[in-house]
Amino acid sequence: MGYSTDVVGAKSSSTNLLVRRIICYTVLTLFAIISLIPFFILIVNMTRQSNHIQKGFSPIPGTYLLKNFMTVIENGDWKMLRSLFNSLFISSFTALLSTYFSALTAYAIHVYDFKLRKPVFTFILMIMMIPAQVSALGFVRLVAKMELTNTFIPLIIPAIAAPSTFFFMKQYMDSALPLDIVEAARIDGSGEFRTFNSLIMPIMKPAIAVQAIFTFVSSWNNFFIPALILDMPTKRTLPIVIGIIRSADYAKFDMGAVYMAIGISILPVAIVYLILSKFIIRGIALGAVKG
Amino acid sequence: MLGYIQIGPEFVGLENFETLFAADSDLMKYFGNTFILWIMGFIPQIFFSLLFAAWFTDIRLKLKTGAYKVIFYLPNVIMAAAMGMLFFTIFSQSGPVNTIYMDITGAKAPYMFFEHEWSQRGVIALINFLMWYGNTTIMLMAAINGIDTSLYESAQIDGANPSQTFFKITLPLIRPILLYVLITSLIGGLQMYDVPKIITQDGQSVNRTSMTIVMFLQNHLYSKNYGMAGALSVILFVVATVLSILVFAMVKEREPKKKKAKKGGNK
Repeated sequence: MGYSTDVVGAKSSSTNLLVRRIICYTVLTLFAIISLIPFFILIVNMTRQSNHIQKGFSPIPGTYLLKNFMTVIENGDWKMLRSLFNSLFISSFTALLSTYFSALTAYAIHVYDFKLRKPVFTFILMIMMIPAQVSALGFVRLVAKMELTNTFIPLIIPAIAAPSTFFFMKQYMDSALPLDIVEAARIDGSGEFRTFNSLIMPIMKPAIAVQAIFTFVSSWNNFFIPALILDMPTKRTLPIVIGIIRSADYAKFDMGAVYMAIGISILPVAIVYLILSKFIIRGIALGAVKG
Repeated sequence: MLGYIQIGPEFVGLENFETLFAADSDLMKYFGNTFILWIMGFIPQIFFSLLFAAWFTDIRLKLKTGAYKVIFYLPNVIMAAAMGMLFFTIFSQSGPVNTIYMDITGAKAPYMFFEHEWSQRGVIALINFLMWYGNTTIMLMAAINGIDTSLYESAQIDGANPSQTFFKITLPLIRPILLYVLITSLIGGLQMYDVPKIITQDGQSVNRTSMTIVMFLQNHLYSKNYGMAGALSVILFVVATVLSILVFAMVKEREPKKKKAKKGGNK
């Protein structure tokens, strides 16, 4: 209806669109630059000598990149590569387990109707509100009594119960997972576990990818709990090592090494993020809901 | 340990709470600081995250967003403590911000960002904003991606403009995720620690106007004042719970009607 009159309208809306696009790109680019400034400072300082860094910032890179790198890698006390591997191990398993089990828990609360459904949900949310500092002392004593100090188990297994990941999954299911799908699967004779693994998981992919990144990063950067549990040099994680490099005494203090260590710790996370960001593709959830 | 006699813990009843709530206690001041620092970062954070999420998912704009998404989230990858260090460099006396400031205004002396109450708070809020706006954008984007595109298509056919589409379709449908963002940010804000600690040199600078509640808690833990630390933890927990319940009540208020309609529809 009314195609002929639409021609003029279409033209003006296409210039309008162009203006909007230009505004969008300008603002986005501005924010991208602001977001990259810390990285710029970090990379420049990675190439400079400790004394120069402490004198003040200059945007011109120094010549100490390789030397700083060698200082960090070769130092026998810090065991940088070992801690890199430890962090990678802990963070990967944490991200994997916590997203899967959080989705499973959220699914149970979202789909099944049982007596304690509401109280369980509230209880999990209550746990989310307890700051890590509050329960840390008790946790450390428990770990020590179970003789799990200096193992990765107390860092990985408890992470399965991740209230905030669960909460996100539940909220996502509320907005993107209609119960009709589950019912349809049941009618078609799919078992409950199979429904979850082969039907719900693909729908939840964007949410899982998002939470996997967040969990990985927060586990990767976690200093507080690992510092209380790991004290053997071969078991340390990256943030602990960076803490050690930063708190070195005056004579040995090397600002270039600090920045280099931070730089090394950021690289793997950036790679993981790049890999996972592919999964957050528009329409993964839509295809399932539409049918 | 041999040769040492263990004394305590001694039961003191509610004495720790009395000390914390005494007139000369700075508890309220630290709560106030924490709240100010959080709100200063959160308002721009939620505003820009919503804006960017809407732009990224706009089917008419069709922006090429891949690189932006990656870059926006990147600051979150840096440890909070490292982020604090980097911004301390940026805003320090001889840092790039002061160099530019002196070049433009011709001022003789650098502006001491860490010796003024509000500039110091501003830097902390800026760091928190930069660290979390990408994270929030991605989260909101995932939520918006979950919305059926046919809704947008039909809105477009009906002649809805972008802001109408945003306020009438997107915003109501992503309310659950918005609630999640608000609550996690609130709880994260209450636990703010690393950034202000580095920026304010353990909270002491500018008359402790940027000292947060967890920094206060950590000071008690550090001096092995476990009783006080425990009491403070309980207060913190109660405050977090009350705030979360308030937020829940506020956001859920308008929902019951819709839920009933939905249930009816499903049957």
